[in-house]
Amino acid sequence: MAGKKKNSAKSEWNKVPFSTRVRPYLIVAPSLIITIGIMVPFVMAIWYSLTNYSFKLPTHKFVGINNWVSMLGDPSFWNAVKISLLYGLISTAIEMLLGLGVAILLNNLNNGLSRVLRVLLVFPLMVAPVTATIIWQLMLNSSVGIVEKFLNLFGVFNFPWAASPDTALMTVILIDVWINTAFIILLVLAGLQSLPKSPFESAKIDGGSAWFNFTNLTLPMLKPSLYIALLFRLMAALQEYAIIFALTKGGPGDSLMSLSLTAYQKGFKFQKFGAAIPYILILWLIINIAAKRIVNLQRTAQKRAAGLEE
Amino acid sequence: MKNKKQRSLNVLMNILLILYAVFALFPLIWMLLISFKSDTEVFTTTFLFHPTLANYQEVLLRSDYVRYIRDSVIVAGGAVLVSIIVGVPAAYALARYNFPRKEELAFQILSYKFAPEILVVLPLFMIYQKLGLYDSYFGLIWVYQLISLPLLIWVVRGYFEDISVEIEYAAQVDGYSWYQIFFKMLVPLIKPGLVSSALLAFIFAWNCFTFPLILSSNKVYPVTVAIMKYLGTDSAHYGQLAVASTVSALPAMIFALCIQKHLVRGLSFGAVKG
Repeated sequence: MAGKKKNSAKSEWNKVPFSTRVRPYLIVAPSLIITIGIMVPFVMAIWYSLTNYSFKLPTHKFVGINNWVSMLGDPSFWNAVKISLLYGLISTAIEMLLGLGVAILLNNLNNGLSRVLRVLLVFPLMVAPVTATIIWQLMLNSSVGIVEKFLNLFGVFNFPWAASPDTALMTVILIDVWINTAFIILLVLAGLQSLPKSPFESAKIDGGSAWFNFTNLTLPMLKPSLYIALLFRLMAALQEYAIIFALTKGGPGDSLMSLSLTAYQKGFKFQKFGAAIPYILILWLIINIAAKRIVNLQRTAQKRAAGLEE
Repeated sequence: MKNKKQRSLNVLMNILLILYAVFALFPLIWMLLISFKSDTEVFTTTFLFHPTLANYQEVLLRSDYVRYIRDSVIVAGGAVLVSIIVGVPAAYALARYNFPRKEELAFQILSYKFAPEILVVLPLFMIYQKLGLYDSYFGLIWVYQLISLPLLIWVVRGYFEDISVEIEYAAQVDGYSWYQIFFKMLVPLIKPGLVSSALLAFIFAWNCFTFPLILSSNKVYPVTVAIMKYLGTDSAHYGQLAVASTVSALPAMIFALCIQKHLVRGLSFGAVKG
């Protein structure tokens, strides 16, 4: 990994001819230009959070930080933060472990079964999340659902699933895991497939155990891909809306009122767009902090993995 | 002795994989069964029922569903194509060159994933109407870049970073042009990452609901919005919903089948990396 990467010092960079210096920016520019439009809505959103903007009112006026103050004083806000974090962290953690496990099985078992399942196991991701949730709702129905009939065999009757505040979170996480583990499987499997062969060949000669090879070779080299999968899954899970809305609309009670749900409810049901935006901006902030942390870990792991492969 | 241990481990791994497969595939089979049931039979758990094709006739023949599928293919496929054309070079630049503010730029691209769709979509609705992009293929392909581009760039970037610069130099010394090096050498090496992230980007663009709901109406009508029609407020037609969802998943499934052999990197390249 020598060569161009050694140009990191700023003074050295300035010695490079202008045409070379400008090249990476030019290559990245189209991506930024295409997506820069997003900054407009974002700046507008910050402005709207300081107004009483509503679809009902013909005009809106500046109300200062009123929306922010009333949000922070609202106990439902803290409940929403808790639910968003619980949902995001638990579902992502389960999906990462399960996805890594299944990807390793698919990679190590090079038989007909694994070749067929490599494609089939991605299918849950392809069903629209709202439909997937409705199918699960039918299956989990506590009187006529197929899962209920299955649980009856084990002496469990009328398991409440989404109907009880105690099990509602577990139920949406179950559906999330069903849909999104495939995301992790696909990315990790691609990562496993592209690991270099030579370190494993020399390890074979050294006679290391399978576990030793996994923790000392596979895992460090796979880490960059794992962090990327974690990053994108956690960002999406913290924002999850479709599954919860399709299953219970945030209920029972406020047991599933995450930040997204609360914001949508305030913005559309109660028509208080200005009051809804601070909730989304807090969510944006949480995701921003989490993403920055994971990106830093990913960058370190990437550099280490590059060293390992040499 | 070792052989026996290896074999029992193999059996265990197969069993674990099958257990997960049952969990992952059973709901899909259930959905397929529902698609052949009449509305009165949906709330039964028996596998024995009177299969009917009425749901399929209703969805495929008596509605514009085929047209909605076409719109989704154009929009999601277009979005992924644009992302690949714009994103792969960007991923290369972010991996290979070391330039001031590189990490900030990469994070900026990532940050498009932070903003909840609803925050983006309402101001965008007003902007689109002014620009005449409302209800157009181009408009949706553009906004879908928020979904597909960050994923593609960040995944592919990692694969470029795994390839050592030396092999590029070696090829240059051998007299290959930059384009030859890129397409003949680098693209095959990043293939698992490119193919898997392109498939995921396609699926996410396909499943996107908020953007098409608000940014398009009659001329461009993606299938995710159309599916909602079967969840009418008066009565939900589960059978038709199951048909619509099954049919809607087909293009992504075909895409996955077509690219699956590219998920595995060519054997000879194993030696090149590192």
